[in-house]
Amino acid sequence: MRIELIKRPQHSVLFSALSPFIALLLTLVAGAIIFTALGKPPLAALYTYFVEPLTEVWQLHELAIKAAPLIMIAVGLSVCYRSNNWNIGAEGQFIMGGIAGSLIPILLPGFQNFLTLPLMLLFGFAGGAAMGAVPAFLKTRFNTNEILTSLMLVYVAQLFLDWLARGVFRDPAGNNFPGSIRFPPAARLGEIAPSQGSAHYGIVFAVVAAVLVWLMMRYTIKGFEIRVLGESPRAGRFAGFSSRKMVYFAFLLSGGLAGLAGICEVSGAIGQLRETISPGYGFTAIIVAFLGRLNPLGAVAAGFVLALTYLGGEGAQMALGISDKVARVFQGLLLFFVLGCDTLIRYQVRVVWRGKVKA
Amino acid sequence: MEIAQNILLTIATAATPLLIAAMGELVVERSGVLNLGVEGMMVIGAVCGFAAAALTGSPWIGILAAIIAGALLSLLFAVLTLSLATNQVATGLSLTLLGIGLSGMIGEGFVGSPGVRLANIHIPGLADIPLVGRLLFGQDPIFYMSIALTAGVMWFLFRTRTGLTLRSVGDNHKSAHALGISVLGYRYAAVLFGGACAGLAGAHLSLVYTPQWVENMTAGRGWIALALVVFASWRPWRVLGGAYLFGAVTIGQLHAQALGFGIPSQLLSSLPYLATIVVLVIISGNRRLTVMNTPASLGQPFVPDR
Repeated sequence: MRIELIKRPQHSVLFSALSPFIALLLTLVAGAIIFTALGKPPLAALYTYFVEPLTEVWQLHELAIKAAPLIMIAVGLSVCYRSNNWNIGAEGQFIMGGIAGSLIPILLPGFQNFLTLPLMLLFGFAGGAAMGAVPAFLKTRFNTNEILTSLMLVYVAQLFLDWLARGVFRDPAGNNFPGSIRFPPAARLGEIAPSQGSAHYGIVFAVVAAVLVWLMMRYTIKGFEIRVLGESPRAGRFAGFSSRKMVYFAFLLSGGLAGLAGICEVSGAIGQLRETISPGYGFTAIIVAFLGRLNPLGAVAAGFVLALTYLGGEGAQMALGISDKVARVFQGLLLFFVLGCDTLIRYQVRVVWRGKVKA
Repeated sequence: MEIAQNILLTIATAATPLLIAAMGELVVERSGVLNLGVEGMMVIGAVCGFAAAALTGSPWIGILAAIIAGALLSLLFAVLTLSLATNQVATGLSLTLLGIGLSGMIGEGFVGSPGVRLANIHIPGLADIPLVGRLLFGQDPIFYMSIALTAGVMWFLFRTRTGLTLRSVGDNHKSAHALGISVLGYRYAAVLFGGACAGLAGAHLSLVYTPQWVENMTAGRGWIALALVVFASWRPWRVLGGAYLFGAVTIGQLHAQALGFGIPSQLLSSLPYLATIVVLVIISGNRRLTVMNTPASLGQPFVPDR
C-alpha cells in the first residue's frame, strides 16, 4: 500500500474550512476506541468529556478560566509560527510573566490602589517578553536553533519559580507550605459575574487580544510582512523586510502574551504565586494555535475546545474513574489529526494498493 | 582511586541514554528528516520497558517492548511527515505531546511499584582489575549496546554504500530521487531506527538509571539529545563526546547538590539545561561547523513527482 499525494493547483477552500472539524471527528472516534479499550462505556465517557461540562452556567465559567490562558498564548504563537519562528517555550514565558507580575504584590504589599493591577499586567507582559527575547537574541546573534533554546528555558523557568515559591517569596505565615502571601484584593483580577461563577477578566483580555492581532494580521503592513517573511524569506528580503526584526517581533509578542496569560492566571485564578502555576498551558496552546489554523480568531474557538478536554478529563475521573491523563492523549491525538488533515488542503490524497497499475 | 572509577561509572550511566537517543536522531537527520519527537518516544520507551519488565519479570522483554514501542510511535510520525508531507517541526512536537500523554496513561498503574533492574555484566577476573575493571567489564548491557551502536553508525554512514546513499538522500533529495533512489523508503527506515533507539534510551532510564516509573521521568533528555546532534555537527564520534560531557555535568551537579555549598538545588538542577544553551550558542556561532555539516534537505518535505 502506498499513499500518493497530488498537488492541487490551488489550496482547497472546502478543506480549509473542513479540516479542523474532520480532525475533531477523528479524535472523537479515536477517543471512543480508547475508552472501549479501557473497558468504559464509550458514549457515556464521550458525553462526560465533551458535553457534560457545558450543561451548567458555573461550568461555563470554569471553561472560560481554562480557555483564557490557552487563547492568549495561542494568539501570540499563531503570529510567531506564521512568521516561521518556532517558539515552543511559551510555558516558560507564561511562568516568567506570572513571576514578574507578582513582584508588585509580594514586594510592595502596601501599594494598593487603582494602579496596582494595571502595573502587574504590564510587568507580566514585560516578563514574558523578556523571556521570549532570549531565544530571539540567540537566534539573531549566534544563529542558535530557537526551538531548542526556548524549550530549555522552560525547565529553567520552572526551577526558578520553584526556588522563589519555596524560598525567598514564601509566605512567612504559611506554616512552611510553599507559596507566596495571598494577594490583597487590589492585586486580584476581578470576576466577571461573581454571582454566577468564578470566571475572571482574563477571558475578556484573551478575546480582545485575538481580535486586535487578527486586525493587525489582516489590515496592516506588519501583518503582510509576517506572512511574506514566513512563506518566503527571500521574497521578504527583496521587499525590504528585515527577518532579524521579525524574529524579535514574533518572540516579543508571543512571549509577552504568554506572560500576560501567566499573570492573569496568578492574579485571577490562583491568587498567590505557587511553586507550579500551569498544568502545561504553554504546550497545549501549541495545539490550540494549530487547531485554529494559525488564525487568531480560530485560536479563540480552538481554545475553548482544548479547555473542554481539561474539564472533561476532571469530570471523567470523578464520574467514571477514567484517568485524567487520557485528556493529554486526546490533546496529542488532536494535533496529529489536525496536521494530517491539513494535507488535504494542499494535496489530493490517493491510496494506491499493491498491484494496481500506476496512472 | 576507586572513587574515580565510581564517578566515571555514574557518568557513563548518565551519558548512555543521551548517547543512544542522539545517535538514533543523528541517523534520522542525516536522512533529511527532523524528528522533534525524541522526548515523546523516549518516555514511551521508558514506560513500556518498565511495564513489560514488571509484568513478566524479565528486563530483556522490557528492553524489547521499549524498542518496539519507540519504533511504533515513530511510525506514526513517519506516515504523517513522509506520506502526508506534513510540517516536520509541528508533527514532531505533537509526537512529544502525545508520547507524554500516553506514557502517563500507561504508567498510571505502575507509579510506585517495584522495578526490575537490568543486572550488570560481571566478567569474573577481568572486572576485578583495579581502576578500569568495572568500567570496561562490569557495566550494564545497554552501555555496551550504546558503544556498539556508535561504532555501528560510524561504520554504516561512512563505510557502506547504503550509508552513503542515506546521506545523499539527506543532502539532496531531488537528485537522489532522479537517480532512482527511494527517498521515502530510506527516510522511513531511518525514522523507525531513530524511534527504536529513543525507545531503548528510555528503557535504560527505567530499567538501569532509576529502576522505577515516575511520570515525565525523561525530564527533557530527549531535547538534550536533539541538541547533542547539533552540538556534534552530525558526526557520530562527536555525539559520543557530547553525551559524556553532559553526563559529567549531570553527575557533577548531583554531587554538588549532595555536598550543599549553600547553592540552591534548583539552580544546580537547571545546569544541564543552561549548559545545553551555552553549548548550542558556541557551536551555532561557528558557521564552518554548522552550515557545512547540516544535511542540506533537513526538515524539508519531499513529495515525489509522478
